[in-house]
Amino acid sequence: MSVLRPLDKLPSLNTATILLVGTEDALLQQLADSMLKEDCASELKVHLAKSLPLPSSVNRPRIDLIVFVVNLHSKYSLQNTEESLHHVDASFFLGKVCFLATGAGRESHCSIHRHTVVRLAHSYQSPLLYCDLEVEGFRATMAQRLVRMLQICAGHVPGVSALNLLSLLRSSEGPSLEDM
Amino acid sequence: MDSYDASESTPRQSTSSRPEDYFIGATFLQKRLESVRKQTSFIPTPPRRKIPHCSQLQEDVDPQKVAFLLHKQWTLYSLTPLYKFSYCNLKEYSRLLNAFIVAEKQKGLAVEVGEDLNIKVIFSTLLGIKGTQKDPEAFLVQILSKSQLPSENREGKVLWTGWFCCIFGDSVLETVSEDFTCLPLFLANGAESNTAIIGTWFQKTFDCYFSPLAINAFNLSWMAAMWTACKMDHYVATTEFLWSVPCSPQSLDISYAIHPEDAKALWDSVHKTPGEVTQEEVDLFMDCLYSHFHRHFKIHLSATRLIRVSTSVASAHTDGKIKVSLNNLVK
Repeated sequence: MSVLRPLDKLPSLNTATILLVGTEDALLQQLADSMLKEDCASELKVHLAKSLPLPSSVNRPRIDLIVFVVNLHSKYSLQNTEESLHHVDASFFLGKVCFLATGAGRESHCSIHRHTVVRLAHSYQSPLLYCDLEVEGFRATMAQRLVRMLQICAGHVPGVSALNLLSLLRSSEGPSLEDM
Repeated sequence: MDSYDASESTPRQSTSSRPEDYFIGATFLQKRLESVRKQTSFIPTPPRRKIPHCSQLQEDVDPQKVAFLLHKQWTLYSLTPLYKFSYCNLKEYSRLLNAFIVAEKQKGLAVEVGEDLNIKVIFSTLLGIKGTQKDPEAFLVQILSKSQLPSENREGKVLWTGWFCCIFGDSVLETVSEDFTCLPLFLANGAESNTAIIGTWFQKTFDCYFSPLAINAFNLSWMAAMWTACKMDHYVATTEFLWSVPCSPQSLDISYAIHPEDAKALWDSVHKTPGEVTQEEVDLFMDCLYSHFHRHFKIHLSATRLIRVSTSVASAHTDGKIKVSLNNLVK
């Protein structure tokens, strides 16, 4: 019975923890390495998981941001993400969950239509980011972006909260997405 | 068509800078921008595709001509609209292309006049190969070898065939202006060198551009579902799928062959609405195959990439090669 809840643990001092969930181990590892290379005032902790639920035997800090990495080349990663989403508490989706779709650059290898992931992100009211994690430059940029988001979600940026950020990201979406 | 795009998914609405501010009148380009902008504000996924009725076109189709299009492997290319192409000038085009090919082939050679140069190029229209009445007519280009002896005036062997067509091109035809003929699909069969030469000639003459068309796994699974859905009296080939497993150093290929009647039975159990195929049905069809495979071999086929689909009706490969085996389907 290990549903992830955002506030069931006390936060550690000046620490921000991110959880990357996805089936592509190599890509997650590379993204984690890029994130840890970033300059950040807070101490960063990156956890990687293939799927949820996480084993409850491990003692881990409070998770501030969950990123679900979906590989557009593999239907399996989408199915894995969909199943893992059931183990996340609803209050996490107030800005502390984000979807990352990788592999959109190589259209000829895609097994999933891009809009399937768009609909998934929309139904969970969470932002969807695109990044080809295989490309070094894009990965570094995405790592930077995730570190900034993580700092906000951990509450280390004064004046901005995770929910604030979510509403800012969503205001740039077109109105027609709401009638899907 | 590799384009790396790391931008955010949400479409940005720039209400402040509209293209109308920069153009003086309602030009064609502006109208086109407007339609493109409108399209980006909603999700254009086709969750359902109608199985089109080809009945009105069957009368026009010349069975003899269509027959030779079958059982050949075609390489697909995507083509931009042709500028100032006219169906009345086909003989002229044949002559010009003939001269061009002879000139090209002679470039590399010193003095020789080989067998290759006795070729004849024929342009002809293929009636009936289109989706709706609005689609432009398909046309065919063939290179035949002429026999050396002047006494025998027979048609020689077909060396290379290529045809251009447009099927259900409604959304594209709207944006194309008067001088352009829109035939976005080009299929070629024959030597690669000939394809290159002919491509160059078309590009120079009609200011168009060819690019190889790759079929991704998503579209291949749609094709598999739609071809399995075809009702057939008797099946000539097994339904076969080929997946490529992305592992290093060498990639592994997994081939899965099913009896065509079993595939049809599976499709019938999944298919609900007649005359229409939905995304959910295709996904369910493929998921059934994947779970069956997983149960026996403990391999998740959904993590691999579908590269080839082969049914009694037709077969397709991800590199853009297709082969049509059935006469009833002119698609």
